Amino acid sequence: MVQVSTALKSNDFRLATPAALAAYRESILAERDPNRTIIIVCHGTGCRANNSPKVADALRRAVAAAGLNAQVIPEIKDTGCHGFCSRGPLVVFQPSGLFYQKVQPEDVEEIVQKTLIEGTPVERLLYADPETGEHVVHDRDIPFYKYQQRLVLSNIGKIDPVDLRDTIAAGGYQSLVKVLTSMTPDEVITMVEDSGLRGRGGGGFLTGRKWRMTAEHGRETPGPVYILANGDEGDPGAFMDRTLMEGDPHAVLEGMLIGAYAIGSSEGYIYVRAEYPLAVKTLRQAILSAREAGLLGENILGTGFSFDLKLNLGGGAFVCGESTALMASIEGKPGEPRAKYIHTVEKGLWGRPSNLNNVETWANVPLIIAKGADWYRDIGTEGSKGTKIFSLVGQVKNVGLVEVPMGVTIKDLVLRIGGGVPEGREFKAIQIGGPSGGCIPQAHWDLPIDFDSLWDAGAMMGSGGMIVMDNSTCMVDVAKYFLEFLIDESCGKCIPCRLGLQRMREVLKEFSAGRGSLEDLEELDSLARAIKDGSLCALGGSAPNPVLATLRYFRDEYEAHILHHKCPAAVCKELITYAINPELCNGCTACARECPQGAITGTKKEPHALNASLCIKCGICFEVCKFGAVTVA
Amino acid sequence: MITFSINGKEVQGQEGWTILEVARWHGIEIPTLCHHGALEPYGACRLCVVEVNDGKRSRVVISCMYPIRTGINVQTDTPRVLNVRRWIVQLLLDESPESPKIRELAQTLGVTPSRFQKKGVDFACHLCGLCVRVCQEVVGVQALSFSNRGLRKEISSPFHTASKECLGCGTCIYICPTGAMEQVFLRVHG
Ligand SMILES: Cc1cc2nc3c(=O)[nH]c(=O)nc-3n(C[C@H](O)[C@H](O)[C@H](O)COP(=O)(O)O)c2cc1C
Ligand code: SF4
Ligand code: SF4
Ligand code: FES
Ligand code: FES
Repeated sequence: MVQVSTALKSNDFRLATPAALAAYRESILAERDPNRTIIIVCHGTGCRANNSPKVADALRRAVAAAGLNAQVIPEIKDTGCHGFCSRGPLVVFQPSGLFYQKVQPEDVEEIVQKTLIEGTPVERLLYADPETGEHVVHDRDIPFYKYQQRLVLSNIGKIDPVDLRDTIAAGGYQSLVKVLTSMTPDEVITMVEDSGLRGRGGGGFLTGRKWRMTAEHGRETPGPVYILANGDEGDPGAFMDRTLMEGDPHAVLEGMLIGAYAIGSSEGYIYVRAEYPLAVKTLRQAILSAREAGLLGENILGTGFSFDLKLNLGGGAFVCGESTALMASIEGKPGEPRAKYIHTVEKGLWGRPSNLNNVETWANVPLIIAKGADWYRDIGTEGSKGTKIFSLVGQVKNVGLVEVPMGVTIKDLVLRIGGGVPEGREFKAIQIGGPSGGCIPQAHWDLPIDFDSLWDAGAMMGSGGMIVMDNSTCMVDVAKYFLEFLIDESCGKCIPCRLGLQRMREVLKEFSAGRGSLEDLEELDSLARAIKDGSLCALGGSAPNPVLATLRYFRDEYEAHILHHKCPAAVCKELITYAINPELCNGCTACARECPQGAITGTKKEPHALNASLCIKCGICFEVCKFGAVTVA
Repeated sequence: MITFSINGKEVQGQEGWTILEVARWHGIEIPTLCHHGALEPYGACRLCVVEVNDGKRSRVVISCMYPIRTGINVQTDTPRVLNVRRWIVQLLLDESPESPKIRELAQTLGVTPSRFQKKGVDFACHLCGLCVRVCQEVVGVQALSFSNRGLRKEISSPFHTASKECLGCGTCIYICPTGAMEQVFLRVHG
């Protein structure tokens, strides 16, 4: 996979001036034939797990064995995640955009024969419209891609992330050249301020303002100023930042370099989750090759600007993604938050002014510099500019990573891009913002997705996790699930978070057992507010959100549990009963054989009966019955 | 000198002082648990919350760490503040019903044990960290530390063995507001 050019391997390869970078880019482009077929094999984490490296190997062998005419020998390229992981492994032909899904090594011979030699697509590997069954040939026509606006993700799926030449050919580091040669640091900050960019790590703080504050504090006292990238991404199910680090690491580096120039920093850290080995490896290679090329280190491109970066592997805890815990962790202390009454832009890492941004925030920066603040401001809504990357998971047909302009409605995202919920199910709610986000019900699905609308609706942008829920989901159970995640992740330092969340769980447990009273709902609400107001860091400060949001939109469901001792979605074990419908049961005996309690009896080919007093509600009978005769209520 | 107000009364303090320090100087009561004048503030118990309005917005902050600023308006007993304090005391009382300090606090706030009260533990540790800090900052050794995280977090000796560093001075037992240190001490001192 590593295609470091010979020039990059030699020690004297260093781009000494901006002109040298331009000449280098020209030489790479001149070597390339724009009409040559490139076969792209996704090497994102999802496709790798589904065999894509073997597919790439098989392709390389098959192409070599096919004895193709020199003009038609394709280049085979390994890239980062294309976002449509549920269809992986993906193989895409460029420049045409021909798109194959779920490709396995056995398919390769046919691909070479039909597509490369005969010039026709292999139909069975094409995407088929789920409604009409019609085949779609090109990636751009697949609804999943058609309704996206892939700007930050634009290189991913096209470039080989560890080949610096690919990045440079795609225009990488041009924005860095622009700021180093034609803008003052202050002009750079002003441009980022004017763009309206807000932090993608959750809080939505204005990036330009943060940069200006850090720069000003940096000038007040002598000493280093630090630039940090947050790649800790601890939300379950979220993989936006991982995809960026794995698929286009130089975009993150370039954003940080531009920030460092603007703020006046010469040292930076990328804090990346240790559980992301591929991201770590890719970033490490990117840093090495950028350093070798003179794009990192002393006197970058001969402009006198110096900046270098270290990688720091995260301690693994969710709370380590919080800014002060992250800095403590880099300093080698326990990853625990501290009070932020003196902000990290003034006293951050090692007590010095520090500017921390999320990796997606950093990856937006080169785009803004290249295309201007006005261009950026045209995308998105009044208060939220640009695009946002989301990971769309749960009960939705097209699970994957999507990038859309801010302000897209929930409905468009779930229906057009996500393809809706699976057949026979109904959309119920979407959980947005990671574990401490909120659930927004169907009734509000015209809500535009932007920082402020989500906040007002009781959810939050978070880092961009989205979980689609259908009518088989119990909202009390969902609230309990997220609360449990956060209890596990609490660092335990402050009392409202450590003991308060635990108490909330106790109360919810009573509800899901059909106990409790309406007064308990009020108590739960007041406890939630005490935790929000009283906790030290934003983990505790936002942890009650899942409960508050479900209480706000699904109060009737809470009341059904408490007042009527019923779980409408038939999830909460203590409130459901299993039974056998004699009309539908044909006496196949499947359930009776599987029931661990021996609660089901009956003779073969006769309707069976379920003894409720023995039943432990494991649901196995419900799963195994092929005739829908086991009912749950 | 920095001038601001607490509960409508104009007060003054030196640059670098916290709200709690100025409040105490003026005899204004704010309950605390993890704070001790001789130790670095730690900000864990959150009992000392107050509401601060800086003219732009109103926030609940902890007075033991919040540095005073000119013109801020501090309220020590707003409904939001009392709600936080009441719940903290409720949670602590249910954890550690026999602790005299907690019982006293509960009495002033009118809090009584709830149905979630823990059985079998009289003196639970609240992880206020006073013992760890006093050992390190005043006694000058590091015989105590925190270990684990979240619900499993606890006070122990480094590496969970009887600590070679422990002088047996008992300062930690003396400072502990809950009585939990007596048990921990037996393990640490060996
Ligand atoms: C519990 C907790 C976990 C967090 N985890 C992350 C994370 O994984 N990645 C991230 O970028 N920000 C995370 N944040 C937000 C950071 O504290 C910080 O606001 C952010 O990195 C700033 O970058 P931005 O302004 O570009 O968003 C977390 C915050 C909290 C309270
Ligand atoms: S709010 Fe939770 S995670 Fe944050 S400091 Fe308190 S205990 Fe730790
Ligand atoms: S043992 Fe006592 S002093 Fe030490 S943390 Fe626990 S409650 Fe605080
Ligand atoms: S890993 Fe291949 S599409 Fe995501
Ligand atoms: S006394 Fe202020 S947080 Fe404990």
